[in-house]
Amino acid sequence: MTMENVSSVFEYAPAPESRAIADIAPSYGLFIDGEFVEAADGKVFKTVSPSTEEVLSEIAQAGSEDVDRAVKAARRAFEKWSALPGAERAKYLFRIARIIQERSRELAVLETLDNGKPIKETRDADLPLVAAHFFYYAGWADKLDHAGYGANPRPLGVAGQVIPWNFPLLMLAWKIAPALATGNTVVLKPAETTPLSALFFADICRQAGLPKGVVNILPGYGDAGAALIAHPDVNKVAFTGSTAVGKEIARTVAGTRKKVTLELGGKGANIVFDDAPIDQAVEGIVNGIFFNQGQVCCAGSRLLVQESIQEELLESLKRRLSTLRLGDPLDKNTDIGAINSEEQLTRITSLVEQGEAEGAERWSPACELPESGYWFAPTLFTNVTQAHRIARDEIFGPVLSVLTFRTPDEAVAKANNTPYGLSAGIWTEKGSRILAVANKLRAGVVWSNTFNKFDPTSPFGGYKESGFGREGGRHGLEAYLAPSSPEGER
Amino acid sequence: MNAVDRLNVLKTYKLYVGGKFPRSESGRVYEVTDSKGKWLANAPLSSRKDARDAVVAARKAFGGWSGATAYNRGQVLYRVAEMLEGRRDQFVREVADAEGLSKSKAAAVVDATIDRWVWYAGWTDKIAQVVGGGNPVAGPFFNLSSPEPTGVVAVLAPQESSFLGLVSVLAPVIATGNTAVVVASEKSPLPALSLAEVLATSDVPGGVVNVLSGRTAEIAAPLAAHQDVNAIDLAGADEALAKELEIAAADNLKRVLRPQPVDYAETPGIGRLTAFLETKTVWHPTGSLGASGSSY
Repeated sequence: MTMENVSSVFEYAPAPESRAIADIAPSYGLFIDGEFVEAADGKVFKTVSPSTEEVLSEIAQAGSEDVDRAVKAARRAFEKWSALPGAERAKYLFRIARIIQERSRELAVLETLDNGKPIKETRDADLPLVAAHFFYYAGWADKLDHAGYGANPRPLGVAGQVIPWNFPLLMLAWKIAPALATGNTVVLKPAETTPLSALFFADICRQAGLPKGVVNILPGYGDAGAALIAHPDVNKVAFTGSTAVGKEIARTVAGTRKKVTLELGGKGANIVFDDAPIDQAVEGIVNGIFFNQGQVCCAGSRLLVQESIQEELLESLKRRLSTLRLGDPLDKNTDIGAINSEEQLTRITSLVEQGEAEGAERWSPACELPESGYWFAPTLFTNVTQAHRIARDEIFGPVLSVLTFRTPDEAVAKANNTPYGLSAGIWTEKGSRILAVANKLRAGVVWSNTFNKFDPTSPFGGYKESGFGREGGRHGLEAYLAPSSPEGER
Repeated sequence: MNAVDRLNVLKTYKLYVGGKFPRSESGRVYEVTDSKGKWLANAPLSSRKDARDAVVAARKAFGGWSGATAYNRGQVLYRVAEMLEGRRDQFVREVADAEGLSKSKAAAVVDATIDRWVWYAGWTDKIAQVVGGGNPVAGPFFNLSSPEPTGVVAVLAPQESSFLGLVSVLAPVIATGNTAVVVASEKSPLPALSLAEVLATSDVPGGVVNVLSGRTAEIAAPLAAHQDVNAIDLAGADEALAKELEIAAADNLKRVLRPQPVDYAETPGIGRLTAFLETKTVWHPTGSLGASGSSY
C-alpha cells in the first residue's frame, strides 16, 4: 500500500479550533496616545483571511499626518517612561507577558485567521515565544547597568518600528519588548495584511495599564512605514522585511543620528552530510522550508545534500511531503496553511515558473488546494544549479531547491555563495565536522541537527545583506541603548 | 673635518597594498607640506583602481587572518608595537611635522600611539568572552553566540590626528580578524605611509592592512560603493561626504560607523571593536541519555 492510499483510507476527521474565541470588531482605529482614533484623512483598508478571502475587519489606514501625531505622542511619553525606575518598567512588561499568556488561545486563533498559518504553529510556536520574549526583556529593565554597555546606559528616545506579516505578533514582541525595557517609547507599523494582532496588543497595553503614548500602533501601507522611518523626531529605526526595502531604509537614514537595525531576507542552506540520520534530517528539512509555508526569512530554502545520499534522502523527503496536510489553518491537524496574500502568491508562482523555465525539475505531492483563498502546494526542485534564480532569490514560500555537493569544502562554498547570510543548517553525526562547518558558514544563526529553533535569550540576525544588528538576548539590548562612552556608540 | 652639510637621503613614500609598496597605478602624486607649508614629500595620489586593488588584496588576506588564532593575532599586533618603539624617533619627527607639534608633544602622541597598539593587541583573545557566550535557551540545546569579523573594512582615517587617530581606528578593525583598506589623512599621510613599513616588518600578513594616500573623497567613493567591502568607518569624512558615502554603502548593506567626536587621547571603549563584529549563534541539540542515564 502506498502512502497516498494509507492517508485516503485513514482520513482525519476535521478538528477545528473555535473561531468564536477571537472576537473581531467590524472596524479598528489607529492606536495613538492610548486611544483608538481614525486616520487624519479618514482612509481605511480591509484585512482579509487569506484562507477564505473573507473580510475580517476594516482598519484605519495611517498616513504621514498620523505618523507625526504618533511620534509626538511617543515623544511626550518618553520623558516619564524613561525616567521610571527600571524595576517599574519591568513590572509593566511582566504584566504584558502574563496577559499574553492568559489570552494566548484567543491571540493564536486571531493570528491564524489574519495570517493564514496553521493554528498548530500559532498555538505552539508564535504565542509561547511572544510571551517568553516579553518575560525575558522584562527582567532586563532594572539590570541594564550590568548588560555590558557601560554604567547607566541611556535609552535613545522614540523608536520607529516596521514589521512584516509572516510572524505578526512575534515580530511585534521582538521589537517592542527590548525597546520598552530599555526605556524607549514606540511607534510600530504592522504589515497591511496582518494588522489585527497588533491592534489586540494595543488592548493588552490598556489592560496592563501601560502609560498612554508609550506604545502607538499605526496600521498602514509602505508609505506610512517610510514616513515613520524618515520622521526627524525618530531616534531609532528597526525594520524586519525585504532586503530591497532594507537598503532603501539605510539610504533614508544616511547622514542622520538615527540608530538602525535591519532584519532582512535570506536564502538559508540546509546541508545534509552522508552520515546524517536521514529520518531526523527529513523532519528538519520539512520544518526548515515548510514551517509557516516557507514564509520565513531564515527558511532553509536551499537543500545541499551530499551526492552519495541524494537518492535515498529525496525518496524519504517526498514520502514525508506526501503526508503533509494542507488546508483549513484553524484545523488542529493542518500542517500547511494559506499563503498570506494574493501578492505573495503571485510572487511565489512567478519564481516557480521561472525555475521550471530555467530547466529545474519541479515536484509536488498530490495535494488538493481549497477553492477560495491563497494556496501553494509544497514544492521541491531538483536539478538545480547555483545560477538558477530559484537558488539565488528569496522565494518566501513553500519551495525547496535541492543542490548537491561532494566534499565539505564544496558544501561550505555553495552555502556561502549568496549575498544573504541569515541562517544555515548542518546535519551530520560527526561533532567535529559540525563545528568546522559552522565555523566557516557566513550566517548569523546556524542550526546543527535541528532547524528553525528560536528563543528570547538567543541573538538572531544576519551577516551581509541579511541586515545588521541582533534581536534577542543581551545582544538585543544594544540596538536600543546609547552607551555612556562615546567610543562605544555605534 | 670641515662641517660640510651632508645632503640627506629622502624617502619616496609609497602605497602599501597586498604586502607590497607600489606607486599609484595612476602615476600621480601630490605635495605634502608641514604645518608651515614647507615641502615634506610627494605622496601617491591614489586612484579608484588603487582602491579596488587594495580591496582585492584585503579580501585575499581575510581567510588567513580571520582564521588565525586570537593568540597569534595578539602576538602579531604586539610585534607591531615593538617595531614602532624602535622607530619612535622617526615617528616623533613625522608627527611633529604633520601636526605642527613641538618635539615633546609629538613624542607624547607617539608614545600614546604605541600604547594604543599594545592595548588592542591584548584584546584579540578577550573580546569573544566579553561579547559572546552561552545562551540559556528553554530547551534541550547548547546555544552559543560568538563574535566573528565582518570581513573587509574600509577605514577613512581621521584627518587631524594623523598617527594616534589612525592607529585608534585601524588597530580595533584588525584585532578582531577583519582586514582593512585604510585611507590616510589627506593633508598628513606620511605617518600612515611609514606605519605601513612597520606593518610590513611585523609579521602582519600582506593584505591584512592596505594603506592608500590621496584625496579622501576620491578614494572613499569607490570603497563605499564596492560590493566586496563589508563595512566602512567614516571617521575621516566630513558631514557631507559621510552622508554621501553612507548612501552608497547601503547598496550592499555595509556596516557603517558614522563620524563622531572622539578624543583619541582617552582610553577607548570597545565600541570600535564591536562595530565590525558579527554575532554567530549556533544551536546544538544536547540529546538525552535516556531512562537509564541521568540527563535530567
